[in-house]
Amino acid sequence: MTWLALGAPALMTVSFLAVLLVGKRFRNGGVELGLGVNVINVVLAVALAAAWNANDKISIEASTHWFEFAGKAVDAAIRVDGLAIALIVLVAVVSLAVNVFSSAYMKDDRRKTHFYAVLLLFSAAMQLFVISDNLLQLVFGWEVMALCSFLLIGHWWEEKHNVAAAMKAFLTTRVSDVGLLLGVAVLFYGANFSFSVTALNEAAANNAVSRAVLVTGAVALFVAVIGKSAQFPLHTWLPDAMAGPTPMSALIHAATMVVAGVFLVLRLYPVFDSAFGITDGSGTANVIVIIGAVTVVIAALLAFLQHDIKKVLSYSTVSQLGYMVLAIGAGAPMAALFHLVVHGFSKAALFLAAGSISRSVHGYDLRRDMGDLHASLPFTHASFLVSSLCLVGVIPFSAFWSKELMVVEMTDAGFMPFIWVLVLGSVMTAAYMARMYYLVFWGARRGSKIVRESPPAMTISTGVLALGAVLVGFGAIFIDRPQLHASGGWLAILVEAIFPLLGIALAVVCFKLGIGAVGLARRFKFARAAYHVLWNRYYLDWLYEHVIARTVRKGLSLVVHWFDMRIIDAFVDSFGRASVKVGKALMNRLERDVVDGTVNAAGGASMRAGGLLARSQAGRVQRYVAVSVTAMVLAAMVLMWVVQ
Amino acid sequence: MTNVSLLGLAALVVPLIGLAAVLIVPEGKLRTPVLGLIGFGLTFACGLAMLVQYKPRGGPQFEVNTSWIPSINSRFHLFVDGVSLPLLLMSMAMFVAVGIYCLTRVPKTGSARAFVGLLLLLEVGVNGTFLAQDLVLFFLFFELVLVPMYFLIGIWGGKRRQYAALKFFVYTVFGSAVMLVGFLAVYFLGDKTFSIPELSAGASHAVSATVGVQTAVFAALLIGFAVKLPMFPLHTWMPDAHTEAPTAASVLLASVMLKLGGYGLIRIALPVLPEGAKVFAPMLGLLGVVAIIYGALGCLAQSDLKRLIAFSSLSHMGFVVLGIATCTPAGLNAAIYAMFAHGLITGLLFFVAGGVQHRLHTRDLAKLGGLLNVAPRLSWVLGFGVVASLGIPGLAGFWGEFGAILASFQPADGLPVHLFRVYMVIAAVGTVLAAAYLLWMFSRVAFGSVGEALKGVQIRDLTKTEAVVFVPLMIAIVVFGVAPALILDVVDPSTTMLVDTMFAEQ
Repeated sequence: MTWLALGAPALMTVSFLAVLLVGKRFRNGGVELGLGVNVINVVLAVALAAAWNANDKISIEASTHWFEFAGKAVDAAIRVDGLAIALIVLVAVVSLAVNVFSSAYMKDDRRKTHFYAVLLLFSAAMQLFVISDNLLQLVFGWEVMALCSFLLIGHWWEEKHNVAAAMKAFLTTRVSDVGLLLGVAVLFYGANFSFSVTALNEAAANNAVSRAVLVTGAVALFVAVIGKSAQFPLHTWLPDAMAGPTPMSALIHAATMVVAGVFLVLRLYPVFDSAFGITDGSGTANVIVIIGAVTVVIAALLAFLQHDIKKVLSYSTVSQLGYMVLAIGAGAPMAALFHLVVHGFSKAALFLAAGSISRSVHGYDLRRDMGDLHASLPFTHASFLVSSLCLVGVIPFSAFWSKELMVVEMTDAGFMPFIWVLVLGSVMTAAYMARMYYLVFWGARRGSKIVRESPPAMTISTGVLALGAVLVGFGAIFIDRPQLHASGGWLAILVEAIFPLLGIALAVVCFKLGIGAVGLARRFKFARAAYHVLWNRYYLDWLYEHVIARTVRKGLSLVVHWFDMRIIDAFVDSFGRASVKVGKALMNRLERDVVDGTVNAAGGASMRAGGLLARSQAGRVQRYVAVSVTAMVLAAMVLMWVVQ
Repeated sequence: MTNVSLLGLAALVVPLIGLAAVLIVPEGKLRTPVLGLIGFGLTFACGLAMLVQYKPRGGPQFEVNTSWIPSINSRFHLFVDGVSLPLLLMSMAMFVAVGIYCLTRVPKTGSARAFVGLLLLLEVGVNGTFLAQDLVLFFLFFELVLVPMYFLIGIWGGKRRQYAALKFFVYTVFGSAVMLVGFLAVYFLGDKTFSIPELSAGASHAVSATVGVQTAVFAALLIGFAVKLPMFPLHTWMPDAHTEAPTAASVLLASVMLKLGGYGLIRIALPVLPEGAKVFAPMLGLLGVVAIIYGALGCLAQSDLKRLIAFSSLSHMGFVVLGIATCTPAGLNAAIYAMFAHGLITGLLFFVAGGVQHRLHTRDLAKLGGLLNVAPRLSWVLGFGVVASLGIPGLAGFWGEFGAILASFQPADGLPVHLFRVYMVIAAVGTVLAAAYLLWMFSRVAFGSVGEALKGVQIRDLTKTEAVVFVPLMIAIVVFGVAPALILDVVDPSTTMLVDTMFAEQ
């Protein structure tokens, strides 16, 4: 079965190279190859899942000697368990749908071959990432994905702001990757000189790791998670990343890559659990649950203010990632994984639908380009509506089940107060999704009058993902869940079922009464201040770009440059000039008084020899030999003095 | 005791024969660059033959050991071990790459003969430095490297070549002079021997003097090696030399010559003066992390493509210094890996920068831009180099940087652990700055609309010669990125042994 697991990334890597090198010779720029490989990939993923299931869900493990480091053998290892399988299937299916969608969406792009190739490299990296049982392999997949993300965000690099967005995404995550490097390094020592994930998890679960090392490692890794999975306060790169082609946003910045951080915490759950005491029963708030909770709320708030359809979706992604992180920190890892899959399907479908819409109306702006599209885009409308319901979690659509599981698991772990964050989040999710849905499909038509439905490749791939989003909800049946013993649990579930509807109702009421953020801000002083903070995205971008980045770029770097040129180099130059003078004076005296003839003869010979090579330099070399002799004498004197 | 391995000797003799051939064979019979390439190729073949026969746990191999200057007890002693083999092979390979590049791009000024001849002479010096096991011999080769490089920069360089060449020369001669005093101190204060293995083996007895004296002597050696590395604050010759040097020379400067300093620290300074090394280690680590951050910040202020790449070497060499400062096998492995990878990657970057300059006659980042529009292949090679240089795992550059970070968590016994952990964090922050300046540079050169220098210019994309040079380098960068065992299995036994002897009880 090992080959089933390794086959997919290997195939993807080979086809990445193939598309890159010969893709242009294909009629459709190599997407043919990409599609074929992606179909095989889905088959492999399903086969792997079936094989794993048939084999009593025993993890598939394999390892081989990789290298030796400081006397310790390091193995390259894979481990395919339920967690990995869930991700593999998600990546395979979404990736296929996105490739199908792109074959139409990117048809006329001048660099489509490049786009298809990078999509394949991305899938390879992600699939290798999820089956890694070695921290270094995790780092490898993590960074290659970041690189793919950079290349795809900057796909249209002619435009300056696309390049800026790509740089911002890469550098922001790179900042948090400092945590990844440090965390992996620290945990290497924690796991008794091993990079093995299994060994590390076991050591952490058995309390065999020193507390300081464990906590340091876990905190460092969580910093990496904050960047990669766009958690507060490093979430700012994700909305900007929407500068790339939409199908890529669906795959990388909604369904898969951004969940890599969440996956990392799930993969190393015993480490985080033991470092933060998540399941010690106390239900004490920890850094994970707090960051997750803050992210849920602050991102959802921002989603209300966006006019760009992709921006709304991306803030929604940030908020939903917050849900997952919150759930993990609150002792509900299974629910987090479930929500990850549900969100993966529904958000990918929403992004593809958004791609269809923006392509049809030639724009992304909710206020200027859209409105009343339900009739002209019937298929897209259906997919959008269904996947929205899934994301919002209107009973019986899928996110209801994942959030319900969250409530159950969190109650079990004693994190009751945080259930109210879920509830609040549910209301907000429902409300901003309702707002967006209404602005796109109903009301008055704004923008161009003639709108055509997208070609089948696009509508079908979107529809399949929307259908998938509905179906994964029923996966809840197969999940082992803790007994619901706390009395508050049922109430919370009831609340979870009602509040999304409340959110939708709220949005409808606001629309009917004409209450909007802008209007409120005009009328109330407090609302105005809040609006300003939100409009400036909590001033985080300002802080990062105008304060931190600028200080480095225009401040520190220039200080260093100045120091280099004006202090060090100036010293060197003047030292050189002074020594030449001293040397000259000395030489004159020496020559006149002592060595005259001999030196002249020898010097003359070397002058002639040097002159053969380069007449102009020979004299100077001699001069500097004099300098070096001086230096040598000085150094010898200093040494003698020290020795004595 | 006389011991002569033909392969060990061949690494010196073959380029010498090549040099003779270049000088003797009349022009016209066979093009000089072709002759030079044959010389480089045969030398590299010797290196490959060594690799094939090399036994990772076999200790020193391909030994040449004959009497040389008996009056001062200095012997002609060469050998190869795990510390030198990767660097030796990498530099031989880079000479071949330069040789191929020179087939079509010999500088117009001056004679091609002198140019190729100097390159061959340079290779003699470099190989000799990596092989020499006697301080006098080492010094000889270490200095020999200087002469051809001085002329390569001074004659075939850019506008400010005179200044750059002189600065390079003076800096290095100054460093070497101090280093020579250190060598003499080792000789006179120790067992009156120049043999590096003997001095290292009886490590604690080698310099039969107090810790204070060892520290002073270590400082002398450090200055010599620090100039070559280069190490902050003795680095300012480097941006000038790299920038003014012709492409072939700047590639060799970065790929090969910078390695001599780090190699010298590992081969001589650490094992011969272990007590001094331990005293200096915290300072060395500090200089390493300062270089990492300082170099990276300096890069952000550069406006010249070649100067930026040159400055990035300072930052990269910081990781080497940090790795060495830990005085652990892990740290030394990382340092050697980082030097190896830096040779391949920065060599590639300088080749591309040379290609850009050759085509557009400018290196000004403000005038470049949108290179992807006109020369996509060349741009993506640059992109590849950038990605490799910023230490993406899966490419060779990762292991050195990560290894140095990893090793600083637990430096050798007796070194200040907490201080090194602070270094560890600073070094990791350096990787962010590396990404920043490299991506900034790449986006300035390749992305965006067509820049001033590219307007209305018809330029060729990657030429065949360039492809022949670049593709193997890129493949090597990937291979050594995914299979670190290729280096580590060779290096690890030697560094472990080196550190063991260093810390052996008296």
